[in-house]
Amino acid sequence: MSEAVREVPKKERPEFRNIHVTELSNYRMPLASIVSILHRISGFVIFALLPFVLYLLQESLRSEISFAHYQGFVTYPLVKLIILGLVWAYMQHFCAGVRHLIMDTHVGLDKDSARRSSAAVLAVSLTLTALVALKLFGVF
Amino acid sequence: MANNNVGPKRLVVGAGYGMRDWLAQRVTAVMMVLYTAILLIAFVSGQNFTYEGWAGLFAQQWFKLITAVTLFGLFYHAWVGMRDIWMDYVKAVGLRLTLQMATILWLIACAVWSVQIIWSV
Repeated sequence: MSEAVREVPKKERPEFRNIHVTELSNYRMPLASIVSILHRISGFVIFALLPFVLYLLQESLRSEISFAHYQGFVTYPLVKLIILGLVWAYMQHFCAGVRHLIMDTHVGLDKDSARRSSAAVLAVSLTLTALVALKLFGVF
Repeated sequence: MANNNVGPKRLVVGAGYGMRDWLAQRVTAVMMVLYTAILLIAFVSGQNFTYEGWAGLFAQQWFKLITAVTLFGLFYHAWVGMRDIWMDYVKAVGLRLTLQMATILWLIACAVWSVQIIWSV
């Protein structure tokens, strides 16, 4: 590096390294990192709700009587909300996961593409979740 | 890095060092994408939204098998992801290993239960 370049005084910029949880609120995350943390959260949500999913599958399959019970069970608003949470987690994890798989093939790794693809992930997953929500709560 | 990462000073990070789990997570992800597509096709092509239609789909041996294989893949995938979460956020080794063991037991229980469910119809 030449002397001339080195002499230019550096502009004071905030620097974030290994930030603590309490500092998260004044740290503006880029879109890609929002998608990244949501991938983790949605994955955990699905993991935590696995018994609920298996219970629904069991009731829907075991017999005609249990199927009727299942149909009644999923009409409770609270159950619908849990299902909607699961649907969001699934859509988010699915879309962000496909993005991961594509990026693993070294496609779209630069900053701009990564930002665009993370915006696309959020747009697609939230739209699909909204559609399911409308269907679930009987709008159409 | 100095070679002091041996014996009692060994850094305990869980099981394995990544490559196999990384690959398994990708393979199982593709399996789940394919299964989602199969399920969607079954939904769109079938007009029978009754118990007979649903149970009839699961009554076929091939569907039972791909469902079981996909769910096992999901449980393995979840193990890799949950291990990542525990490794990143839980610094205390004893607590982390306890949580990892609980995760494994939880997932094995889910796997056994899912076999019972799939072959109950």
